Amino acid sequence: MPVATEVSRPSSRRAPRQQIGLIEWLRKNLFSTWYNVIITLVLLYVIFQAVTSFVSWMITAPGWPAAFTNIKLLLTWTYPVEHLWRPQAVTGLVFLLLGLSSGVWGGIVRMVTFGAAAINAGLGIVAFTFPDLPGQTSLPGWLFLFLCAGLLIGGDQIARRLRNYLRWPLIIAWLLSYPVAIVILRGGFGLPIVETKLWGGLMLTLLLAISGIVLSFPLGVLLALGRRSTLPVIRVFCVLYIELIRGVPLVTVLFMGALLLPLFLPGGESIDALVRAIVAVTLFSAAYLAENVRGGLQSIPKGQIEAARALGLNVFQTTLLITLPQALRAVVPVLVGQFIALFKDTSLVVIIGLVDLLGAAQNIVGQPQWLGTPGGVWRETFLVIAAIYWVFSFTMSRISKRIEDQIARSRH
Amino acid sequence: MAVGSPSIPPGKVNIPFYRDTRIIAVIVQIVFALLVAVGIWYLYSNMMNGLRQANLLPTFSFLSVPAGFPIAESVIEYNPSMTYGWAFVVGILNTVRVAVIGIILATLLGLILGIARLSDNWLLRNVALVYVEIVRNIPLLLQLIFWFSLTRLFPRIQESIDIGGLIFLHNRGVTMAWPQAGNDFDTWMQWVYGGIVVGGIFYVVRRIQFIRRDRPGVALPYAFLIALGIAFLGFLVTYLMNGVWPVSLSVPVLQRFNFEGGITVTNSFAALLIGLVIYTAVFIGEIVRSGILAVSKGQREAARALGLTPGQTMRLVILPQALRVIVPPLTSQYLNLTKNSSLAIAIAYPDLFYVANTINNQTGQAIPVILMLMASYLSVSLLTSLFMNWYNRRIQLVER
Repeated sequence: MPVATEVSRPSSRRAPRQQIGLIEWLRKNLFSTWYNVIITLVLLYVIFQAVTSFVSWMITAPGWPAAFTNIKLLLTWTYPVEHLWRPQAVTGLVFLLLGLSSGVWGGIVRMVTFGAAAINAGLGIVAFTFPDLPGQTSLPGWLFLFLCAGLLIGGDQIARRLRNYLRWPLIIAWLLSYPVAIVILRGGFGLPIVETKLWGGLMLTLLLAISGIVLSFPLGVLLALGRRSTLPVIRVFCVLYIELIRGVPLVTVLFMGALLLPLFLPGGESIDALVRAIVAVTLFSAAYLAENVRGGLQSIPKGQIEAARALGLNVFQTTLLITLPQALRAVVPVLVGQFIALFKDTSLVVIIGLVDLLGAAQNIVGQPQWLGTPGGVWRETFLVIAAIYWVFSFTMSRISKRIEDQIARSRH
Repeated sequence: MAVGSPSIPPGKVNIPFYRDTRIIAVIVQIVFALLVAVGIWYLYSNMMNGLRQANLLPTFSFLSVPAGFPIAESVIEYNPSMTYGWAFVVGILNTVRVAVIGIILATLLGLILGIARLSDNWLLRNVALVYVEIVRNIPLLLQLIFWFSLTRLFPRIQESIDIGGLIFLHNRGVTMAWPQAGNDFDTWMQWVYGGIVVGGIFYVVRRIQFIRRDRPGVALPYAFLIALGIAFLGFLVTYLMNGVWPVSLSVPVLQRFNFEGGITVTNSFAALLIGLVIYTAVFIGEIVRSGILAVSKGQREAARALGLTPGQTMRLVILPQALRVIVPPLTSQYLNLTKNSSLAIAIAYPDLFYVANTINNQTGQAIPVILMLMASYLSVSLLTSLFMNWYNRRIQLVER
């Protein structure tokens, strides 16, 4: 019967070809329907226009010297030139720790380490080929950048061999690195003091973001635990704090830190503006962090707590050894997201008069020597600092995505 | 035979009070409450001492004092001879204005963006991706200052950039055509009120019918249509009776120094709105995308198998289900937009925060001003989340 052969035939037919040619790819992805044709053509026109006008502006823009001759201001603002070795030393220290961690733990840390080393080496080559760039530092910029790349890669190589001995010392070193960095930057213990009002630029942005996350972490965890506590007084206090802070903009909290903190404390007028900002950022960030941690705590199955109690662990042991570690691991990607948000939000401190990366850029744009430039130099300067912000945030968002994928994979 | 019930000895179990969790709990709470109270009292007494020495005891009496500072734009009438309290209200309304318009525009742009990210057109998909990656990794404040600087680069008002004769860009802001009430506006408003009343009656009657018969049904869109129809009818009737439209489009005309007619928004407002919309739309777009992806593939296939077009599938099958995933995170984006509008202070748009800051600088009354400021933001946030939670409950899947 012909029908029967018709039915049996498809099984012997060959599978469709896997690889498609360029023309076919174009037809499938760009010109599949009439409206896709229109969208593609319109977008091609818009992209062409945008790219050509952007490139021609990039080439003819008069403001590049403004951004590049002021690179020291962008990075450290008015930090005294003769003490610039200190931020450099802190950077070197952090990079060494990062390199060592990369050798010990590998994975994402290694990815970040090699990325940072590549960026440093790339910038080093650029700085080396343009020796005219102002290098008012004790160490020439290009040499420092190559040194950093070396520390990253070297640390990785050393730590690979000493993996078993370095684990705990490294964790302790990371914990100590924050106070040590503050001491190196500020002085004391024999180092001359550099007052915080001279700090600024990218250094201040990073310092605020890192302080915010480091200091708000314990507070946020406590608030999250308090919010899930069975004790009503503590719970109500935590809920009130979290909701109050989350309901108002960061600017309001910064404003409160700047205006009210001096009022609240005896002799408060002498409190450093930077400290006020750090306190405000910490109090603000803790409320958001608490909600993230609470999400993690909620994801722990009740059986874990019951099992811990059945083993005879008390409340503190259960929390510290069983629930918190699991909860924190579950929310690592969210915490990275929180850190990105905080990193971007630190730009708001310009509103209370601190000169962070954005503030430095605004000051450079306002320098009198650029007054004659038609249209000003703000586009070039803002483009440069936008690129700096972008590189940091984008790197962190990629890291968070990798961690998320890793956790998702390890669950199977 | 009693099986396996463990017998507790009838004697009393004596737990010393320091090991009784109930008592410990009470003690811990009392200690905590005392610590908090002492802390607050310490801060409060320090503050009052300091303020007494500075002769600045907090009081709300400044609210009825004339403000004496101008506000560049306001929704309601304002001039410097009005009180600080009124100036504060002007600030609140300015914040609400930018937040409401911003939320509507950001939702539209976000919806387009979310759908574009899932398009089968490779170019569109990747353009949307690049837009998302660029915008969300750059601080909003930097973007706002960028847009503000850009709007100030527009030509002088005499050489405005003309878009279709309806919108004009110049260095003082944006002037655009805007509906204007005519002489017969009040007559027409009677029709509008009538339409609202009739639509409302229709809605109530229809709902009662549905509830009585225990049937699901949609009444609100029809009620809207009836109200709109009556309003439109009234629009035509007033025109036919008097030969003048009750509402006409006022097209701006350039006079010697300024535009006549239309509506002009300052470049602060334009920059703030553009910045907030472009920034928030990215996050809304990602929420929309994940919501659409959360709808199982079988739903789309079933809809296509029933013969629905791609547009109908999206509108009738995918989006209603995606909304359930989308609405809760969308609420927090709306709140973020409202709170982010406080960055207007950097580009001198007189929003709530800007006005409050000015009042504080003039009166030195930091405490009352901050209390009012926080209360305002908290109530705006609360109202938004109340509304969104109400909406969320409405669209949730009803299960038995």
